[in-house]
Amino acid sequence: MLRKGFAFAAFGLFMLGGPLAPGKALAATTQAEPTVLSWSFEGPFGKFDKEQVQRGYKVYREVCSACHKMDLMYFRNLGQKGGPFYDPKYPNPNQSPVVKSLAHDIQVKDIDSDTGDPISRPAMPADRFPAPFANDVAAAASNGGKAPPDLSLMAKAREGGPNYIYSLLTGFRNPPPGLTIPAGKYYNPYFAGDLSGQWSGHGPPPEGGMIAMPPPLAPGKVTFDDGKPSTVKQEAMDVAAFLAWAAEPKMEERKAFGLGAMIYLLIFSGLLYLSYRRIWKNVAH
Amino acid sequence: MSGHSTYEPKTGFERWLDTRLPILRFANDTIVTFPTPKNLNYWWTFGGVLAMMLGIQIVTGIILAMHYVPHVDYAFNSVQRIMRDVNYGWLVRYMHANGASMFFIAVYIHMFRNLYYGSYKAPREVLWILGCVIYLLMIMTAFFGYVLPWGQMSFHGAVVITNLIGALPVVGPSITTWLWGGFAVDDPTLNRFFSLHYLLPFVIAGVVGLHIWALHVPGNNNPTGVNVTSPQDTVPFHPYYTVKDGFAISLFLIMFAVFVFYLPDSLGEVVNNVPANPLQTPQHIVPEWYLLPFYAILRAVPNKLMGVILMFGSIGTLFVLPWLDTSKVRSMRYRPTARIYFFIFIFSCLVLGVCGAHAPDDLVIPGATAPQFLDANLDSYVWLSRIGALYYFAYFWLITPVLGLTETPLPAPDSISTPVLSHPAAAPAGAVSSPEKRG
Repeated sequence: MLRKGFAFAAFGLFMLGGPLAPGKALAATTQAEPTVLSWSFEGPFGKFDKEQVQRGYKVYREVCSACHKMDLMYFRNLGQKGGPFYDPKYPNPNQSPVVKSLAHDIQVKDIDSDTGDPISRPAMPADRFPAPFANDVAAAASNGGKAPPDLSLMAKAREGGPNYIYSLLTGFRNPPPGLTIPAGKYYNPYFAGDLSGQWSGHGPPPEGGMIAMPPPLAPGKVTFDDGKPSTVKQEAMDVAAFLAWAAEPKMEERKAFGLGAMIYLLIFSGLLYLSYRRIWKNVAH
Repeated sequence: MSGHSTYEPKTGFERWLDTRLPILRFANDTIVTFPTPKNLNYWWTFGGVLAMMLGIQIVTGIILAMHYVPHVDYAFNSVQRIMRDVNYGWLVRYMHANGASMFFIAVYIHMFRNLYYGSYKAPREVLWILGCVIYLLMIMTAFFGYVLPWGQMSFHGAVVITNLIGALPVVGPSITTWLWGGFAVDDPTLNRFFSLHYLLPFVIAGVVGLHIWALHVPGNNNPTGVNVTSPQDTVPFHPYYTVKDGFAISLFLIMFAVFVFYLPDSLGEVVNNVPANPLQTPQHIVPEWYLLPFYAILRAVPNKLMGVILMFGSIGTLFVLPWLDTSKVRSMRYRPTARIYFFIFIFSCLVLGVCGAHAPDDLVIPGATAPQFLDANLDSYVWLSRIGALYYFAYFWLITPVLGLTETPLPAPDSISTPVLSHPAAAPAGAVSSPEKRG
């Protein structure tokens, strides 16, 4: 009887409850599927392309870092094992001259240890990447009301990862006729959003959303040290690779460790199987 | 099966200890000489897998707790510090995070095996109930643990789940405030969740002790479901099952390693890599995969309180299963009709899982035009989850009791040894049936 009661109660509630299911009021958020590129760091043996990540760091440093912080990154990370400026001669990245000079180019805020006054000094490898704004409120105030997101984990914080970053950076285009984008906003099909409010054309509104970030990259905006032509696609691809490394700096160590672990486990399993066959040989089961 | 111990102390020290604390006798009776049915298949190895996973989760968890900071301002970054600056911290954390999923994969296989072979039936009801208690504790521990990294999904998941308690009439809101330690999910909530997340695994370990104790009184069930009748039906646990379980555990570890080393983020939500922000709600709030079926049941009901009752009822039902099943035959090997309903049950659980991952209004078949029925489109996931939930409950409360009375089971063998007489090793010495398989 109880089960019937359950069923009747449930059905009764369906009849009475009406549209209360959570998620009912979800807006029709859409975004275009990111372009899928092939990356050197894919697959069980994939590694970061060091030159590419170095170029990507330059794009971040000269373009992105004007607005985006990377709170989880320290200059020493650039020279650690698996990092873009790793030099086997300097296992301690704090001693690497390349890392020291990269850090030295950047001013960080500090406190004078004698007077306690706020000062600015060249960064050291042990310093965190400095944030472009004093705090999130200042960042939001200077950027149309919303602080630009931290990029440390960006490659792991969006569906599609580096493909998404590449697609977003190269995906800025003029809005199709019928789509009115307000000043200070930019149409991007890869950015998640709901354009039905801006749409006066025929059919469903286009995929994508409005992003407050103006198109950040332009041909020749960054001069690559290795002579790579500085196209928007190249810049976007390289900075996406840099962000993929920054989000997962221990990836190469993980895959190398994994290879050893897999070989060990396969041999171990094989030996256990042979032991099993031998021990159970004379048992009917 | 238990009862008289065959342990014989060999050295003077063992004799001395045996009359004071017979711990070696206990260990010997439990994991060495314990008579185990000789026909257990690989579905029986998941108990050992679960014991190993509990050990892995506790060891990696203790190490993570050495570096983790349970504070809303530092929790997210302290987890990232473990990933970046702690030696092999990425390994420990990925093992712990993926280990939770592996733990649930193993527990679900363990439970489905139990349902298929009728292991919950007399005299193993207490063993089954203790298992249900462990499962419930696992769900709570996993939920508390998921909150700790303090990402977007951690925070908003905690908000959604704790708010469910608020659906209780009269006392709900007060209990929610008491759980939160304030008027919103905040620092006190994170602190107590950390404390409980550290506590509960040891409670689980304690109940696992009782679970094993309750196992060793009636002994293992087996694929035929027939009771052990003679010593020929059993083999000592060691070395026969230590090696078989060991082999299965090693294979399970290979799968675990594939996730840890090559797909460490595949089971998680990308949104949880964004720090918690109470002012910005993610587009979809979904639990981890292992709780999706219950989430689907919760959302299948338009009334919040009724949804909460059904969700807890879906787990509560498991506790009374031994008394819902009217069939005297344990193993579904000999219950062909029950077997069909059982596989539909597994399928309904998977369907519920898929429903839990989608927004209720999403269309199951995009583009198909289905009529509106009551409050939602018939093609929507909310209706699919209603069908799935209905079958889930019907399976336990209707099909299982009725089927036991109406079906005609196949004849079960008289003993465990009967169906294996055709095995090569049962043939007389010298009559080698498949020489290529010998030594």
